[in-house]
Amino acid sequence: MRTIPAAIAVLMLAVLPIAAPWLQFVLTLAIAKGFAALGVAVLLRAGLISIGHAMFFAASAYGVAFLARAGINDLGLLLILSVLAGALAGAVAGSFLVRYRAIFFAMLNLAVSMVFYALCAKLYGVTGGTDGMPVPVPAVFGIVFAEPVFKSVLFYLSLALMVLVGLAVQRYLNSPLGHALSAVNTNEIRLEYLGIPVWAVLLIAYVISAALAGLGGAIAGFAIGRVVPDFAFWTASGHLVLIAVLGGIGGVPGAFIGALFLELLHSAAVTVTDSWNLIVGMTLIIVIMFMPQGVYGLFARKEASSL
Amino acid sequence: MTRPILEAKGLHVAFNGVKAADDVSIAIHDGEFLAIIGPNGSGKTTLLNICTGYIRPRSGSVLLDGHDITRLSPRAIARRGVARAFQIPQLFSAQRVIDNMMLALAATDGLWSAVRPLETATRRDEAKALLDLVGLAGDADRISSALPEGHRKLLDIAVALALKPRLLLLDEPTSGVSALERFPLMEALMSALRQRGITALFVEHDMDVVARYASRVLVWNAGNIMAQGRPDEVFSNAQVRQRVVGVA
Ligand SMILES: Nc1ncnc2c1ncn2[C@@H]1O[C@H](COP(=O)(O)OP(=O)(O)OP(=O)(O)O)[C@@H](O)[C@H]1O
Ligand SMILES: [Mg+2]
Repeated sequence: MRTIPAAIAVLMLAVLPIAAPWLQFVLTLAIAKGFAALGVAVLLRAGLISIGHAMFFAASAYGVAFLARAGINDLGLLLILSVLAGALAGAVAGSFLVRYRAIFFAMLNLAVSMVFYALCAKLYGVTGGTDGMPVPVPAVFGIVFAEPVFKSVLFYLSLALMVLVGLAVQRYLNSPLGHALSAVNTNEIRLEYLGIPVWAVLLIAYVISAALAGLGGAIAGFAIGRVVPDFAFWTASGHLVLIAVLGGIGGVPGAFIGALFLELLHSAAVTVTDSWNLIVGMTLIIVIMFMPQGVYGLFARKEASSL
Repeated sequence: MTRPILEAKGLHVAFNGVKAADDVSIAIHDGEFLAIIGPNGSGKTTLLNICTGYIRPRSGSVLLDGHDITRLSPRAIARRGVARAFQIPQLFSAQRVIDNMMLALAATDGLWSAVRPLETATRRDEAKALLDLVGLAGDADRISSALPEGHRKLLDIAVALALKPRLLLLDEPTSGVSALERFPLMEALMSALRQRGITALFVEHDMDVVARYASRVLVWNAGNIMAQGRPDEVFSNAQVRQRVVGVA
């Protein structure tokens, strides 16, 4: 059973900030990115690489900021609405993106996210431009905590959500729909001949992946207390792909392990200025060399399309 | 005679000027095991591609139970009870054999459940029974890309059967299957088809298989039907013997 090591790992995460309080923010952010990376990993199952998922991450964080500005300040409600916003954005973008494959899918996701980034940065009157928008501390079940207390509440809530949402995503991947999603990667022709609509399978996956990115974005917004256009910048999307690949294709825990690994590495490396990208690059090379199977799966040739 | 299940009328298809179907009309009736024989490249697979909506003929039409399906997608035609096994097996190679089967079984029932697992006890049993039928019971938990080509072929047939079709189109079911396994496979397949009331059309190169199992034979040559009838009639036709049987 893998339940026991997983439970021990979650418990360790839960007590870590008690020993080292500065870690709480790092871990919250790692979990937030883990959700978004999980979204990217879901699409990777179908062999689709999205280099634009930071858009949904950002869209939902902006959504929280707008809703807060409009007077909604309940944490639960804001989280639910932000996930819905991510899912809705995913449904709109996905309905035309899921027709594309391979490099076209990757590039179109990138392009759409760059348009979104530009809008966030330029529409100063609406989004505050590059200054971004504040994400105020919300109420939790009607109680407004002091900021440090809220950050702790946010961390433990994120941890709980990581477990619950992780299990739900695992269920989805084990379901017929999840298997059909992996099947898109190996043989679309057979899927069609089984009477399964590939576009619907992909659209559902896309909406789920966008909702996951949205959940991550909302948590990040609360943790940082501000949302800026950089949330949606293409390097952020690239990071999500990096995490998904680092964590290994397919596994749900992998996305969170990858995110934790990268965030911890980041906070350890900031003391050694400028070497951050070098470290990330080296890490990726090592991971790719030692887990060629995982990355190989992504680029494996499809079956011949001649019948 | 009753109305045919599947009927193709006046099909024309050409690839770069090469005629793969030149005014072809065929009909297949309930309970038939119609064999199509013909030399390599004569257009047999192309006919199956047209009948399943994978390619559109330049002219002509395909009717299923009298309804025009010429312009429907493979998906829509599959949902109307027509399943296909391919000349080159079309599998989910990265998945286990049993998962290939269970996904096919799920396609006809609970695909849209995102919370129930693909693997249920009933689905597993049903998948196992079909694998057993084609002689793959021992391979259930292997990754399908690891199977030898002949076994991939068998899995492809089992996947098509899992769709519980009314009409099954088989593209050279015994090619790649070893000579020893060929007749046991055909015996098992034919009894399964009879038992389930499945009508079948199969393209076949092995004349012994055709002679033994076909209820009717259609001889294809250069995009045309050269002869058709009972196996013994067709095989005694001098032209067929020379052009097709000799070649195969
Ligand atoms: N998609 C295609 N594009 C171009 N040419 C094609 C295509 N499909 C088939 N052809 C050509 O049409 C002709 C008939 O091909 P088809 O595969 O239908 O023959 P076949 O009778 O199934 O042959 P075999 O016994 O080798 O399987 C061949 O000359 C083939 O090269
Ligand atoms: Mg052929």
